[in-house]
Amino acid sequence: MAALLDRDEWRAFSDFLALGGAALCVILGLVLALAGEDPVIAFHGCVLLGAAALAFFFILTQIMEKKETHDATNYADGVVRAGVIATVFWGLAGFIVGDVIAWQLAFPVLNLDLPWTSFGRLRPVHTSAVIFAFGGNALLATSFYVVQRTCRTRLAGKWSPWFVFWGYQLFIVLAATGYVLGVTQSKEYAEPEWYVDLWLTVVWVVYFLVFVATLAKRKEPHIYVANWFYLAFIVTVAMLHIVNNLAVPLSLVGSKSYVIYSGVQDAMTQWWYGHNAVGFFLTAGFLGMMYYFVPKRAERPIYSYRLSVVHFWSLIFIYIWAGPHHLHYTALPDWAQTLGMTFSIILWMPSWGGMINGLMTLSGAWDKLRTDPVIRMLVVAVAFYGMSTFEGPLMSIKSVNSLSHYTDWTIGHVHSGALGWVAYISFGALYCLVPWLWHRKSLYSQRLVEWHFWISTLGIVLYITSMWVSGILQGLMWRAYDHLGFLEYSFVETVEAMHPFYVIRAIGGLLFVIGAFLMTYNLWRTARGDQPVDATDQPEVAAAPEFRPGQYTAPAE
Amino acid sequence: MSWAKHQILEKSSILMLVMILIVVAIGGLVEIAPLFWLSSTIEKVKGMRPYTPLELAGRDIYVREGCYVCHSQMIRSLKDEVERYGHYSLAAESMYDHPFQWGSKRTGPDLARLGGKYSDEWHRAHMIDPRAVVPESVMPGYPFLAERELGYDDIEDRLRVNAIVGVPYSEEMIAAARTDLELQAGVGTEGLEAFLAAYPKAQVRSFDGNPDRLSELDALIAYMQMLGTLVDFASFDAAGPNLR
Repeated sequence: MAALLDRDEWRAFSDFLALGGAALCVILGLVLALAGEDPVIAFHGCVLLGAAALAFFFILTQIMEKKETHDATNYADGVVRAGVIATVFWGLAGFIVGDVIAWQLAFPVLNLDLPWTSFGRLRPVHTSAVIFAFGGNALLATSFYVVQRTCRTRLAGKWSPWFVFWGYQLFIVLAATGYVLGVTQSKEYAEPEWYVDLWLTVVWVVYFLVFVATLAKRKEPHIYVANWFYLAFIVTVAMLHIVNNLAVPLSLVGSKSYVIYSGVQDAMTQWWYGHNAVGFFLTAGFLGMMYYFVPKRAERPIYSYRLSVVHFWSLIFIYIWAGPHHLHYTALPDWAQTLGMTFSIILWMPSWGGMINGLMTLSGAWDKLRTDPVIRMLVVAVAFYGMSTFEGPLMSIKSVNSLSHYTDWTIGHVHSGALGWVAYISFGALYCLVPWLWHRKSLYSQRLVEWHFWISTLGIVLYITSMWVSGILQGLMWRAYDHLGFLEYSFVETVEAMHPFYVIRAIGGLLFVIGAFLMTYNLWRTARGDQPVDATDQPEVAAAPEFRPGQYTAPAE
Repeated sequence: MSWAKHQILEKSSILMLVMILIVVAIGGLVEIAPLFWLSSTIEKVKGMRPYTPLELAGRDIYVREGCYVCHSQMIRSLKDEVERYGHYSLAAESMYDHPFQWGSKRTGPDLARLGGKYSDEWHRAHMIDPRAVVPESVMPGYPFLAERELGYDDIEDRLRVNAIVGVPYSEEMIAAARTDLELQAGVGTEGLEAFLAAYPKAQVRSFDGNPDRLSELDALIAYMQMLGTLVDFASFDAAGPNLR
């Protein structure tokens, strides 16, 4: 391929492609803005138009000035820095909305009785913001960082990594504003309507191409284990997203569509998607993060190569089967429920394989837990991963699920994974990345990391324990009979009983938000280059690997 | 097995990619695909029909407001649920639901058999201010639904797209969608018999208590009042041909 065109021709071709893509989006945005049949899609057309016009002029000026943005002598870290900033920003937004809706459940007057502020519309804003905006940007940033370092090659593509970044932010804005304005297809974690889904598909395909092209031009013979997980995450999420969101729109310039599946088939497809949004977005991707940042920070090799091989393949094979455990005792046929439960229990093993591989990487370096709060965060993340991947199989057992399903126990379980595992491993990665990316010797303040760690850990504990109690309590109340054989409680009595736990949960969430603000302040001061307040207390951490194109070069493929 | 063999995958991004694709495709194929052709998946029942245009418009509001976030529409086959809510939900009862609304959380009660349990008046009061009728409720109020005109300019398109994805709406039903919607809300009487013949058990009245206006609340209450009322359970035999 490379022989077909020389370097300058390739560059001109990619400039042309970027400019043409931006122009196409300008036209698309204009069409939607002018011809849109409902106000939301017209508004989204304006957003697309504005974003594409900005991109067009930026690309144009870059080409006119003949700026060499493609600095082949270094890693492409600009897009990683942007990803880090976006992760922090969306993290704050998602945590705050989450805490707001937690307070709404405790004090319903906070819904304000307005369409845009009701729990039903804000809850998808919270879930999408934390999963896709916070988690997604963390995955984007770390995958771009890790794949370059472990392949010892610069990220493939000149404009495409930036398109992936900004295209993804646009997806988030379209999705979130859509929910608030009442545009949703009501499939959990897949609420965006058809045109936003299409946009994400385009962005995701480019993300996939950038990642695979970077792998293909690596200077290391082996693909490092972190990249197996990132690759599985990217590929599988593409498959899940496309299959689950197949829909027929009312009009090509209208926001409403109807999903092609119905009833029981739709339920199965949705939870095949939903459970694997957890399995591949929130697990496989973040395991990729663990496989780079834990050994790097601990300065120890991964505990076991064989374990990583076994648990990678078994994890991705088994996870896909676990969806039906969201549908126990429903109208889904029994054979599918039983399959889902069986595989969910088996899934305990590969999950703990990952946990053991992460934890045991600290062999010989356990003392760092005492001195380095960043590694403590990473390790506690892995511990939470182990806890929630034990709780999950437990809850997938039909007799346990008959109690836990539809209750807050599920919400607590999700948050032990989301706050304890996903957020903590991301926080740990951010604390590593910011000094590396902005070339600082240390963090601004290690004491603030300690505060962040303990405040948010307290928040998580309040959250999980209150949801255990409220979930099990409500489940037991629903099935309680009095001595005459009547149901003992009306539904609303069980709602009333939840109130104290909803308050405790909201306080736990508030602590978590406060912790995130401490982190933001700390990272901002670090990036700005302010004099660290406790540099001497901080562990000596190796700087980020530099790009050394000439050395030990072994073209891999 | 020699561990060195894994190097074949580790050294080729394309082989790695292909292997991942194969491994992650299997579970979904086995669990989802058979649901489309195993005839036992959806029970044979009497009484199921597509939503009336007004019910469909109400359902779209239900989706828009994210009601599924707190209310399930799936009664599990457990003793206490059947006693609390009624007969356990059948797959047949959601076979025209694009997308399904089974839900995953009961912050509020299950709504699968809500139809006929409360009066329209109760629903109106409850939607405007839930705590006026249920003091302990944590549900948001939806006062704006009663004040908003129902938008149904595209109701024919809504039926047509539902027909494309498999709901048995006939050409006549699609053509009559607009008048059928108005008829059900109590506007006019011409064609009422044809409407009731096309949609058996459809309830006809002004649901929001204001016959002069067709509000979003009309549509939502029409939808809520039909939930779970269609299947004729007198003729349903769980042990016979429906045994799964």
